[in-house]
Amino acid sequence: MVPLWWYILLGVVLFVIGAAGVLLRRNILVVLMSLELLLNSVNINFIAFGRYYHDFRGQIFAIFVIAITAAEVAVALGILVALVRNKSTLKVDDVTMMKG
Amino acid sequence: MDQGFFLLFATVSVMTALAVVLARNPVHSALALMACFLQISAIFVLLEAPFLAVIQIFVYVGAIMVLFLFVIMMIDVREAVLQRFVPGGNLPALVLVALLGCEMVALVLWSDRFAVAEPAAMGDGDNIRQLSTTLFADYLLPFEVASVILLAALVGAIVLARKESG
Repeated sequence: MVPLWWYILLGVVLFVIGAAGVLLRRNILVVLMSLELLLNSVNINFIAFGRYYHDFRGQIFAIFVIAITAAEVAVALGILVALVRNKSTLKVDDVTMMKG
Repeated sequence: MDQGFFLLFATVSVMTALAVVLARNPVHSALALMACFLQISAIFVLLEAPFLAVIQIFVYVGAIMVLFLFVIMMIDVREAVLQRFVPGGNLPALVLVALLGCEMVALVLWSDRFAVAEPAAMGDGDNIRQLSTTLFADYLLPFEVASVILLAALVGAIVLARKESG
């Protein structure tokens, strides 16, 4: 049987890769994809803990995370399309309209 | 047997995740992310959560990644391909990420809370029935709220991406 900390370690590795993508990449599309990676690594942790402590709430929470992620991606890509239409840029550094 | 499969899926998922972050072309990133999601759904199967594995494939690979690819198709990514990804370009962020990774690995390896080797018995393989009973009995209100959030996101995305502003 696979020990629990293997799953946790996989979640950690995926989380760090996703965080590096969010912080280091300058392309908005890749930043959004790295965000998906972060949420998925958290889902692995939820389901692994739920499995090893025999608690269904881990899977319930993972279902909610997936639902909210779908909503988030729809809104984020809508904003992205509006942004590209108005400012025609994909770089995070160019979007400073809210800076004041 | 289980360990071999886990190592296979984990290795491929980490490699494809690295490809997501390191690829210069967003289309390559999206395809690598799709492969990564497939590996993660296989890991869900290993964790005896087949319903979550199917949901993962439907929602992530079927809906979210297709949405990403549609948006990439709609907008011009040629300019984005040209800009290089420099790993040392943002040194403080890189150091922060490395520190975060070291800290989490150290905590996981130190703590004996994660040392559970044998999972609790899962009953009689009637997982999905128990899962749905939990979801629709104890978590009915969050379920309904999630559906309202999805509706709001649907309307919001249509309004945001509409052609004329107003």
